[in-house]
Amino acid sequence: MKVKYSRILLDGLWHNNIVFGQMLALCPLLAVTSTATNGLGMGLASTAVLLASGLSVSLFRGLITAEVRIPVFVLIIATIVTLVDMGMNAWMHELYKVLGLFIPLIVTNCAILGRAESFASRHSPLPSMLDGLMMGLGFTFALVLLGAVREMLGSGTLFANASLLLGDGFSFMEMELLSGYKGFLLVVLPPGGFLVLGFLLAGKRLLEARLKQRKQQVIRKDLLIENPATT
Amino acid sequence: MSTVAEPAYRQRIAYHATLLGGFATLAATLLLLGNLSTRAPIEKRLAEDMLASLSQVIPPGVHDNNLLDDVMIFSDKAEDALKVYQAKKGNSVTAVAFGITAQGYAGDIKMVLGIGRDGNILGVRVLTHAETPGLGDRIEVKKSDWILGFNGLSLNNTPASHWHVKKDGGRFDQFSGATITPRGVVKAIKEGLDFFTANKSVLLNAAQTETKEAE
Repeated sequence: MKVKYSRILLDGLWHNNIVFGQMLALCPLLAVTSTATNGLGMGLASTAVLLASGLSVSLFRGLITAEVRIPVFVLIIATIVTLVDMGMNAWMHELYKVLGLFIPLIVTNCAILGRAESFASRHSPLPSMLDGLMMGLGFTFALVLLGAVREMLGSGTLFANASLLLGDGFSFMEMELLSGYKGFLLVVLPPGGFLVLGFLLAGKRLLEARLKQRKQQVIRKDLLIENPATT
Repeated sequence: MSTVAEPAYRQRIAYHATLLGGFATLAATLLLLGNLSTRAPIEKRLAEDMLASLSQVIPPGVHDNNLLDDVMIFSDKAEDALKVYQAKKGNSVTAVAFGITAQGYAGDIKMVLGIGRDGNILGVRVLTHAETPGLGDRIEVKKSDWILGFNGLSLNNTPASHWHVKKDGGRFDQFSGATITPRGVVKAIKEGLDFFTANKSVLLNAAQTETKEAE
């Protein structure tokens, strides 16, 4: 099967984005996006798992039959997540203390199983890894965007505690946008996550509709220039 | 999954069973290896964490022993064995530290409580919790200095009726949007102090611990 890498890239980041396109992974999404920093941490950990599961599923795709594929994929993903969890606890303990809470949540991320099923099991390792990476980055983008909006509206800060996640060098990212802002609790709580997600989705649809309209106008103009007689 | 016809052997139940069994074995082996190679480092990190949090609740000035060495296993009738770490200077116990557990909004909040010989709180720190990020996690010292407000308090200088959050008529602030978390923490600290008062003579007895060999 011929693979277009640019298509994988665009699909993962925008057209078929895990959250804004496929509407998957809403459980970890709503659980962790009360701040942009949490979203970033969860996004990066998920990206690592997507990359590794894409590679392993793709490597074994010749062996796995359609009848038993789901349990095998689940087994592979759960093993990777557990290994990542143990490895980070042992060798990246400082990071684990911040991210550790989110790592078991990755297993509940149906998007990873979804990518194994719909992409990695049909493609060779390299495109599968690229797909995992792009889907992961797209997911990270969605998590950070949702986290940033909720954090700004909910507590008036942006990237609070980023230095805990990324190290002291990144403390410049921590911003207090509105000093003395009392906060808007609803946005921080899970229902607020749904509301903000709804608005973001509406925004994406609107943007896409505009882009499509503009494209059609351009085509119409081209037609006009080519053969003005037809109108 | 491909359009090419699958070979006949792959249609057999035995192939599916072997495949599933093979992957299960592979996963189990990987996890076993992972566990074996990470167990020692993880234990070391946890001990380091324990020492780090113990040294936050017991100031270095009050002891000259290694806090991880003088551990007393305190088993009460109903409760599970409780590890009490004794801080010693010379041969007398100057302070003790032990773990306490609070009921939070989302499960247990594990904390470590340090109490001086006189019954005053030297420090409290949260070790693990699963509270809502941005709301209940202000019990962490990294996120807010709320937990430092307990330093220096004791059952003597703070009457029992004050050991509640303000919403319940006590003296401790709750967080906006999270009352259950601080309520649980205050209750657990109060219980920790009660435990110390009830077992003071045993806890402050230096002879109670057999000093472990340093590893």
